[in-house]
Amino acid sequence: MPARPTFERELRDLQDELLVMSSMVDKAISRSIEALKNRDLGLARLVVSDDQKVNDKRFEIEEKCILITATQAPLASDLRTIVAVLNVITDLERMADHCVGIAKIAIMTGNEPPLKPLIDIPRMAEQSRSMLRRAMDAFVARDVAAANAVANEDDIVDQLYDQVYRELLTFMLNDPRTIDRATHLLWVAHNLERIGDRVTNICERVNFLVTGRMEEYKAAKQV
Amino acid sequence: MDNTQIKEAPQDASAEGYNTPVATGGKSMEIRNLKAYYGSYLAISDVNMEIQPNKVTALIGPSGCGKSTLIRCLNRMHEVTPGAPRVEGEVLLDGQNIYAPSADPVKVRRLIGMVFQKPNPFPTMSISENVLAGIKLNSGRLNHAQAAEIVEQSLHRAALWDEVKDKLGKSGASLSGGQQQRLCIARTIAVNPEVILMDEPCSALDPIATLKIEELIEELKAQYTIIIVTHNMQQASRASDFTAFMLAQDGPGHLVEFGPTQQIFTRPTQKRTEDYITGRFG
Repeated sequence: MPARPTFERELRDLQDELLVMSSMVDKAISRSIEALKNRDLGLARLVVSDDQKVNDKRFEIEEKCILITATQAPLASDLRTIVAVLNVITDLERMADHCVGIAKIAIMTGNEPPLKPLIDIPRMAEQSRSMLRRAMDAFVARDVAAANAVANEDDIVDQLYDQVYRELLTFMLNDPRTIDRATHLLWVAHNLERIGDRVTNICERVNFLVTGRMEEYKAAKQV
Repeated sequence: MDNTQIKEAPQDASAEGYNTPVATGGKSMEIRNLKAYYGSYLAISDVNMEIQPNKVTALIGPSGCGKSTLIRCLNRMHEVTPGAPRVEGEVLLDGQNIYAPSADPVKVRRLIGMVFQKPNPFPTMSISENVLAGIKLNSGRLNHAQAAEIVEQSLHRAALWDEVKDKLGKSGASLSGGQQQRLCIARTIAVNPEVILMDEPCSALDPIATLKIEELIEELKAQYTIIIVTHNMQQASRASDFTAFMLAQDGPGHLVEFGPTQQIFTRPTQKRTEDYITGRFG
């Protein structure tokens, strides 16, 4: 029997809730891009309304963190787990907001003719989703190497973003009538790029969770 | 500190500086290869630590790990506990070995005071007499004005003056548990120590009295070096600057990890420390 069965159950439950929240965000990314691609206004509206559920889940987890801190006085790796969870839910909540941003663009542009078939934007979304899932796996496994590998893949998202940006710029230069639609797509790409950055934050938290060190990948890269 | 300070027994109170109750500031301590025995039983083995001056160092660890034995070795109290006690190794106070053959244990205990788990004011003495008890035991003689000044200064420093200034003649036993403990701290301070040892000073106190003692510890470290044994992990994390974790698993008590408190309680380097402070021990 573990030395602190109640506490350990609470920590396990907390992590389970975190995984539930991350799968809600995963679904939001997937649905917002599907809605944009298929001009599915109903699905886009669902992403917008479901955001409330993500927000509620975030507060629910935050409350649990406060309660565990107040009742169990967590220290060392337990304390770092609570702090990491508090940070990750903030990132997840913001990622869901970016999905709302994408969904709103899907609603705004749903009745316009499409500018072009979407290729790189869905790729960015798939890459971000894959990174998110593996970042959460690394969190659960306390696997720094896996987290670092995921964070490195953010470059792929950034490269796709550059590609989308250049392509849309070409459209706008060739035909100023496309500026509105191209700008909207640029916002979508920007939202996805931000989602990738938020996944990197989660990877940083995995590092903190395991080592206790707070380091930014971006800062390390620039050196 | 000059060499004579821990060697000569005090002759006269004023010669000892009792009439100037201004602390000289905390001194550093260094523990070198310390072993403590009860008869042939080795209770703690090979402890090496450097205690920083004017800092609070907490000793934590499960019951029986030797932390109380260790703290009692730091002012030569171990040798007067029952059970054929013996100490090997060195304990330096500001560079001077308190176990040197020429060192006077009575002097050592004046420079390195101790506050115990249970508040233990002398029940038949008044509050004032309690504060002065240490000086009197050290055969110090004081005139009335000196005594009054020491009582007031010591009680001020122990954050008790305002609560007892109108009843200094009353018995020390008439105070609450938390006040009694602060009275014991005042008694320790009155002899102008350089280091104050505290062996679970709050374990018999309620949470409010405990917080008052912790606040007091924070104030006292400006003038003294403080070493505290505590079972309360939160207390160690709140009140100390450095933490030492001791363990007696399959052998004598020894030091497992010693470092800044902030680090010990957020990212300890040893798994056994982590297991203990997170309650996963055993």
